[in-house]
Amino acid sequence: MNIVDRRPNPKGKSLSNRQRFLARARAEVKSAVQEALRKRKVADVDHGEKVAIPTRGIAEPIFHHNRRTGRTEHVVPGNKEYVRGDEIPRPTGGEGRGGSQGSPDGSGEDAFEFTLSKEEFLDMFFEDLELPDLVKKSLKETFAVDLQRAGYQVTGSPANLSIRRTMRNSMARRISLRRPKQWELEALREAIEDARARGADDEVERLLRELNRLEHRSKIIPYIDPLDVRYNRFERVPRPNTEAVMFCLMDVSGSMTEAMKDLAKRFFMLLHVFLIRRYRHVDIVFIRHTSTAEEVDEETFFYSRETGGTVVSTALEKMLEIARARYSTDRWNIYAAQASDGDNYGADSGRCVTLLGSEVLPLCQYFAYVEVGDGMGGSLTGLSRDSDLWRAYSEVAPAHPHFVMRRVNDPSQIFSVFHELFAKGGVRA
Amino acid sequence: MPDSATLRLEAATPLFRGPNWDYTGLRRVYDAVERIALEELGLDVYPVQIEVITSEQMLDAYASVGLPLMYRHWSFGKRFAYHETLYRKGLQGLAYEIVINSNPCICYIMEENSMTMQTLVIAHAAFGHNHFFKNNYLFRQWTDAHGILDYLSFARDYVQKCEERHGVEAVERVLDAAHALKDHGVNRYAHRTKPNLAEERRRAEEWRAHAEATYNDLWRTVPGAAKDKEDQDSADARLQEIKRELGLPEENLLYLIEKRAPRLEDWQRELVRIVRLISQYFYPQKQTQMMNEGCATFVHYEIMRCLHDKGLITEGSMLEFLHSHSSVVFQPEFDDPRFNGLNPYALGFAMMRDIRRICEEPSEEDREWFPDIAGSGDGYGVLRHAWANYRDESFVLQYLSPEIIRRFRLFHVSDDSTKPALRVEAIHDELGYRKIRSALSRQYDLSRREPDIQVVDVDLRGDRCLILAHYAHNGVLLEEKTCRAVIRHAATLWGYSVKLLEIDAATDKTLKTYEVAPPG
Repeated sequence: MNIVDRRPNPKGKSLSNRQRFLARARAEVKSAVQEALRKRKVADVDHGEKVAIPTRGIAEPIFHHNRRTGRTEHVVPGNKEYVRGDEIPRPTGGEGRGGSQGSPDGSGEDAFEFTLSKEEFLDMFFEDLELPDLVKKSLKETFAVDLQRAGYQVTGSPANLSIRRTMRNSMARRISLRRPKQWELEALREAIEDARARGADDEVERLLRELNRLEHRSKIIPYIDPLDVRYNRFERVPRPNTEAVMFCLMDVSGSMTEAMKDLAKRFFMLLHVFLIRRYRHVDIVFIRHTSTAEEVDEETFFYSRETGGTVVSTALEKMLEIARARYSTDRWNIYAAQASDGDNYGADSGRCVTLLGSEVLPLCQYFAYVEVGDGMGGSLTGLSRDSDLWRAYSEVAPAHPHFVMRRVNDPSQIFSVFHELFAKGGVRA
Repeated sequence: MPDSATLRLEAATPLFRGPNWDYTGLRRVYDAVERIALEELGLDVYPVQIEVITSEQMLDAYASVGLPLMYRHWSFGKRFAYHETLYRKGLQGLAYEIVINSNPCICYIMEENSMTMQTLVIAHAAFGHNHFFKNNYLFRQWTDAHGILDYLSFARDYVQKCEERHGVEAVERVLDAAHALKDHGVNRYAHRTKPNLAEERRRAEEWRAHAEATYNDLWRTVPGAAKDKEDQDSADARLQEIKRELGLPEENLLYLIEKRAPRLEDWQRELVRIVRLISQYFYPQKQTQMMNEGCATFVHYEIMRCLHDKGLITEGSMLEFLHSHSSVVFQPEFDDPRFNGLNPYALGFAMMRDIRRICEEPSEEDREWFPDIAGSGDGYGVLRHAWANYRDESFVLQYLSPEIIRRFRLFHVSDDSTKPALRVEAIHDELGYRKIRSALSRQYDLSRREPDIQVVDVDLRGDRCLILAHYAHNGVLLEEKTCRAVIRHAATLWGYSVKLLEIDAATDKTLKTYEVAPPG
């Protein structure tokens, strides 16, 4: 008998099979992922996902008997009350009756359920989404430059002198060329003194010659040669701007119903996922407004009730204030999403347009305005009366490709709207 | 101290204490188990190689149908995803062991197992299954335990090379199609020689080396070639000749496709052959699942009891073993939500224990039912004979005793789709025993469980259509949707359209026809 420990064998033997499977099931998995997102809560949006996909594209058909035809026989255990000739009503579903030998290969009709890892899930989700058109900064420009040590060079400024490396080269050279060491010379001189004292002239003569030779040698072999000198070399490495801040602006005035807030929340959630996918660090700032605006935490943002009028410009001002104070544009990518039912205090819309056009938009990488409806029809057709804000914003939109606006009436539209907003190559509002 | 010395005389020192296993412990256990297996049970086994693996590797092994090396295919990834989900959710534990019918017999054991479980696994797999593999006539006849590992590694490399040369997609198309027909890629009767997988591998390599031009005699009779009457007659005669050569009807679909499909290239034929041979390798396992598991369960039970009797395992270990054993042989009743058919472990184990009982302590009833073995005293001998010479179907027919029928309270139900209700045909009484026995035996008969599909004709003159027939017994037809999909796969391989006729086996009437043209 032989015992072999296979545990150290390379892992992930099935990985390539799994990838092939996913590639094959891609279409199904994608629609399942979108379905799953619709049902999801904000908090767990970026976790892995258990998805159930129909077996169509990944079916492995084999010839089966159709159990609903012809006459079949079954022997089953556990008889309690039946005697010969008893009739049993045909069970519904697959329970009990033999033949359902399980189908571990999923060859049944049922949906096939398995778990995607977080990466797989989000990759599927964002597969054909791309960063929105960046107007202010192209993707390349979002990189700052870092200096990074990268070896040594023979020229450079004195400030970058690498003493350690220089000395190392020097020492190597001195050893290989046998430059006389200081103590050797000292010892020789002492020996000469000694010999002199003893009066051994021949020896003094010989030692003096030796001393001269060595002194000459240490003169022609310098302690530090220009050849030894090295400077630290730095390379300029583009550093991706890894920080983004997302401003969520929402109207929480009385006219916003719970359903509308829910819609807005879903949109923010998607934007958040999208950003954490791209940036190492994402800050979220929640700004709610009625007739005044304030920065709040997520809980308050979504769930607390407010009453009051609606002055949208206050929110924009608040956002500008916060952005200037905390999020300088050379370090932060600023994204903003605004959700509102479109109501605004009449005279304020003009101010919003000015603020948006001249100050807010130049700051942002992207600004999305989502107008949520109550799902009762109304603006479903898009032909109905435009809201104040919508009309006002429509003036700004054409001049700013990174500003987009959409209407959403129903949760099921959220994804498609989001998708449209961030579709590859950007959209024109 | 003298006291402990006398104690040791009464009971041997247990082979191990506590749950942790180590290599010397495994060796000690293996030796003890081997002694019992060979001397007391009289088993005859292949040499054993035990391989310790992690749970992740176990999932890998699940995915590739239990084989240690397998070519790459997405369906294995699907299986992996499926099992992984169940495992992660805690809906399914992993098997403690996987054993491979090879020489040497490879047993995978999981590192998570306790020492007791490792002992159980060694008894179960390294001796129970191993003995069955080595001795059962189906395995002897159909599988080549010496060559399988080499062949699998050849298959994996070959598939990979094909992928490099022809693209993953092209290879997948052939493998998908061949997989769909793999249940119909086996020889059910021994009119072809047992595969010699080493030979097989050499053959494939030579074939490729020569890259011989395939010249398919089948297609010499191109349509429209024969004009006048005489030619027509001789052409007809030739046609008959060719059909005889084709050996129709042929139930091994993959064999016929591999040999005769007009449009396959050599490498595609080789892929079909790989699927076919691996399918053939598994064919005996499908026919003997209940016996195989029964045999292994019976063997581990006897060995564990014996170890316990000899004081070689502690009471604690024995309890741990019994806990695991009783869940393995648990048979839910038909109205239990957990019911999923007869548990092969439960029925196999119960029947084998029963055979031993019949041999050693027969009742009057047993003497009447099993006059040749009742009271023979040599239970192990009778079992070894059964393990070697039966498969599930014949084993049930021969050995299912009234005792077992009563204990499982088996009853026989017939389901006529034209009637509103099922009918109980037989229960565990004098009138029912034989009926139940033969019905259960039929239930295990693979040729009834799997659809009976044959190639009946090839349209040599016309559109080269391949004609399959499904012989419907008792009016049971094929499931339509999957049937169409499988025929599509068959058409992919055949290269021309494929027709399937549903033929009533009793009356020879054609009930239904499917026809699928090849894709593209």
